[in-house]
Amino acid sequence: MKTILSFVLAVFLFTSCQNSPNSTNKAGESTKKVSITAAGATFPMPYYNLVFKNYTKESDVLVTYGGIGSGGGIRSLKDKVVDFGATDAYLSDNKLAEMPASIVHIPTCLGAVVIAYNLPGIDGLKLSNELLEKIFMGEITNWNNTALKSNNPDVKFPNKELTFIHRSDGSGTTHIFSDYMSKISSKWADIVGTGKSLKWPVGMGAKGNPGVAGTISQTEGSIGYIGSEFAFAQKIQTAKVQNSSGAYIEPNIASISAAAQGEIPADTRIMLTNSSDPASYPISGFTWIILYKEQGYDGRSEAQALGTLTFLDWLISEKAQSDASKVNYAPLPPLTVEKAKTILRSVTYNGKTLLN
Amino acid sequence: MNSDKITKSVLFSVSILILMLAAGMVYSLVGGAIPAFKAFGLNFIISGEWDPSEGRENYGALPFIVGTLLTSFAALIISLPLSFSTSLFLGEYYKETKVARIIGLLVDLLAGIPSIVYGLWGFYVLRPFLIDLGFGGQGFGIFTASLILAIMIIPYATSLSNEIIRMVPNDLKEAAYSLGATRLEVISSVIIPNARSGIVAGYILAFGRALGETMAVTMLIGNTNIVPTGFFQTGNTMASVIANQFGEADGLKLSSLIAIALLLFVITGVVNALGKMIIKKFS
Repeated sequence: MKTILSFVLAVFLFTSCQNSPNSTNKAGESTKKVSITAAGATFPMPYYNLVFKNYTKESDVLVTYGGIGSGGGIRSLKDKVVDFGATDAYLSDNKLAEMPASIVHIPTCLGAVVIAYNLPGIDGLKLSNELLEKIFMGEITNWNNTALKSNNPDVKFPNKELTFIHRSDGSGTTHIFSDYMSKISSKWADIVGTGKSLKWPVGMGAKGNPGVAGTISQTEGSIGYIGSEFAFAQKIQTAKVQNSSGAYIEPNIASISAAAQGEIPADTRIMLTNSSDPASYPISGFTWIILYKEQGYDGRSEAQALGTLTFLDWLISEKAQSDASKVNYAPLPPLTVEKAKTILRSVTYNGKTLLN
Repeated sequence: MNSDKITKSVLFSVSILILMLAAGMVYSLVGGAIPAFKAFGLNFIISGEWDPSEGRENYGALPFIVGTLLTSFAALIISLPLSFSTSLFLGEYYKETKVARIIGLLVDLLAGIPSIVYGLWGFYVLRPFLIDLGFGGQGFGIFTASLILAIMIIPYATSLSNEIIRMVPNDLKEAAYSLGATRLEVISSVIIPNARSGIVAGYILAFGRALGETMAVTMLIGNTNIVPTGFFQTGNTMASVIANQFGEADGLKLSSLIAIALLLFVITGVVNALGKMIIKKFS
């Protein structure tokens, strides 16, 4: 009986949870105090957790963020249950058309996807484009491979099975990784392609960046891709990856920033992978916040819209950006910040612009 | 209104509520699964292809159905000697002794451990141990998942069989002894035939539990969405693929995951019905 009662309770709680974002919006209106709700990508979560908390301290506006994945962020914005969503993959023209109204993208910081591996005593593994293709297409199955040896003559490889660990869930991290792989390998582009979840030719899956990071650090001979901040924070070995100029680049804040130095389109929808900058780490990318261009929807108050925009303007300000490197993300380059500010100023409430 | 009537109406409305909840669940599962079955038809059940790539989406549930049934059956078979011996030990050989009480308590304790704890233990202890023993690969796969499932279902199978074995009337056993039967003969010709339906019910309950187990399996099975070709290969189960992929899923993929949930629901239902039939037949 007890279990039945708690089950019934759980179901009620669940259904009420689904409705709550709307009701909090209304509650926020009546008390005139703005509280901002957002959800989406897990990739920038350590950064968001840090700066969102700082903003709450600074301005008394509560910002809650749910790390439910990029797809979840887009869906939540589509269902209008959040003030803004967050995603690691920008919305394609098709996806933009599926949204109920027009959407803008605001880049918030730069992150990278690193190739992490577990081979005790072997640091600074160098991986060329061909090696990446061979490893992740399943053509190299042992670390004792001649192609690996000839690319890393100083390294003494063990005779050990090579296991590829990929994500078992859909993920923006996978999107950046597979976008890069598709650019450097036509074979990958044909057989696997780009996406948040893929049909993997080899390997086994683990859930989330922490899952992949944990599995790699527990499994000798494994290799995989994870968000850079997880590798930096947990001190997992990372490989140097060959960029488009042929140089082997170690992933760090400077080399990740370098990827965004080139020309950025006005709507900032660009994949920065395989950047032409000679100092850039090639598997880098923006992470975005997405919101409706017209904020006067679903009975939102002007104060709510203004609060959201003021917060986002603060998020790309120097003050918030300087915190990015504390949690191993690269801050936005000045040119990108300018573009993002212009976009924020194009957002309207019932037709009139709020920020100036 | 008298208290009897109040009790009756409360009980009635609660039962109706439960019925409505179950019906609502089936309704939403079927509703959500319709797009997937519309797109793939019955092919959804027999296709081993799971390709979420944009533009060439193609979903089939076979890898997960095979993975689920394989791990659950293997777990049942692995746990059978362990749990059956334990229940005989507790219910017959050391019946009502201190040793039996302590062991019985520990077995019940196994049932109370959350599955994520089993998963952690499997990941950090069992898996390295299997690698050291020289089992294939990195210790992930159907076999490892089955082992952890087997341990998880032991208390379910043991407790029920133990209760039933204890309930076999002493008169029957004493009659067999007086005819000169050995203890083993008493077990095989008096206790087991008498307790058969209860024992089978215990194992069906355990199998049902293994079918739906998620977390521990996800952490150990390797999460590869292909039909496993060997017992030491990595694979995936129905519950595990849903837990892994629903977060980012939308459109056809979401519908396919809901369709898998519906299939899991149906399989569990069939297993339970089968169990009831077996119990009826034996008793």
